[in-house]
Amino acid sequence: MTIIAIDWAFIVEKLIMIAIIVFASLGIALYTTFGERKVAAILQDRPGPSRVGPFGLFQPLADGLKLIMKEEIIPNAANKWLFILGPGLAMTASLMTCAVIPWGSAVDVFGRHVALQIADVNIGILYVFAVVSMGVYGIMIGGWASNNKFSLMSSLRAASQAISYELAMGLALIALLMTTGSLSLKTIVEQQITGRYWNIVYQPLGFLLFFITALAECNRTPFDLPEAENELNFGYHQEYSSMKLGFYLFAEYINMIMSSAIMASMYFGGYDLPFFNEASVAPNIAALIGVGTLLIKIVMFIFLFMWIRWTIPRFRYDQLMNLGWKTMIPLALFNLLLTGAVILAKL
Amino acid sequence: MSTLEILFYALSAFAIVSAIMVLVSKNPIHSVLWLILVFFAISGHYILLNAQFLAIVNIIVYAGAIMVLFLFVIMLMNVKKDSEPQKQLLVKFTGVIAGGSFLTLLIALVKQTSQLQGKQVLLKEGTIGLIHPLGKALFSDYVLPFEISSVLFLSAMVGAVIIGKK
Repeated sequence: MTIIAIDWAFIVEKLIMIAIIVFASLGIALYTTFGERKVAAILQDRPGPSRVGPFGLFQPLADGLKLIMKEEIIPNAANKWLFILGPGLAMTASLMTCAVIPWGSAVDVFGRHVALQIADVNIGILYVFAVVSMGVYGIMIGGWASNNKFSLMSSLRAASQAISYELAMGLALIALLMTTGSLSLKTIVEQQITGRYWNIVYQPLGFLLFFITALAECNRTPFDLPEAENELNFGYHQEYSSMKLGFYLFAEYINMIMSSAIMASMYFGGYDLPFFNEASVAPNIAALIGVGTLLIKIVMFIFLFMWIRWTIPRFRYDQLMNLGWKTMIPLALFNLLLTGAVILAKL
Repeated sequence: MSTLEILFYALSAFAIVSAIMVLVSKNPIHSVLWLILVFFAISGHYILLNAQFLAIVNIIVYAGAIMVLFLFVIMLMNVKKDSEPQKQLLVKFTGVIAGGSFLTLLIALVKQTSQLQGKQVLLKEGTIGLIHPLGKALFSDYVLPFEISSVLFLSAMVGAVIIGKK
């Protein structure tokens, strides 16, 4: 008697893919911290990390080792379980996004046709949206459990900022969905490959709004109010030490990678290499070229994030809220109306 | 047992345990966190019913927005453990068991109604929960109730803004 009838090969295939994507994201995040320091150094006209290994390439490993070797401290007055849960939640939520991103078309391995995407669900973008709204719990719980007024202030800031900018993000997304007619990221990418232009041509304002809200959702400068050192000492992770602090810092970089991947997939053709006929090479090689193209697009977005961080100073809190509610949301609504009008005129 | 049944029972047990923990927890923040887990379990049930859109909207709206506001309010109010009268654990469990028995009784009554006789829940079937059929139904068959409820939401929003400005 079979108790559970499951396609085991399917489960193994998906588990391997999840493992590859999670570890690859962690590895890329590790080197994004290095990239951040190098980019900051270049923009400020100094050499940056250059001592550990050739060109300082082993610096992130040294940093990681340093974080792990530090003493774990849980404050006496902290709520112990929630204090530990906070960084774990932040990390989980940022890694969960990768499930619906199409990393490439499909490869044939051992006679199996493997699509390079963990789950092509019918509600892809909404799933991303749900996970993003979960991400704020890690910060809120960690900040509250620390039992420190600066941490609490910072986590409240983070939560209100996330909620405010999620509205504009959702409205910018709806305009894009009106043109694509599908929520599946895979379908959106395929439409851009077969269609004439990438979605950025149809939705320039929508992309700008989405990019700004993505900056705010990742807590990046100029929206890094939750980490405003001069007002809040350090931010919601003030009481954290060792790898728990590392998880918070890492989660921010993984959020950056995932939002870059999503922006690349939705507005910049995903794994589509322009002016290149995928049918002219073997399918496996074409898929690998696609993955490489997506990675290059992601790296370009991450560079843009860093460029902005080291160029623009941070907003004041009331300016942030005014921008979110009184500029971004009306602009997003206008974009929505414009898109609707164009679609109606074309009918 | 099929995979679906295992998932169904696991999710149900998860939902019931989390719901009991919402009531039993002494700390209001813990209660909110358990309530979020309840919403996740319910979303899992929606997915078993092939209603992906409902599942994800349940997470976005309840777990993602409303519960964040709950947490917000509780954190700002700074509820102390002592300030709230706490009943004994025994009393709480008695209440849970009594309430659960009453619910079982109600379900038994509902199951006897003529519309539900001989009906079975269809797991992983039907398309009404997917986004295309649901959107079609909302904007053709149910367009009037849908628009009226959106006007209701709009008036609630305007009211909130006016109260907030005072």
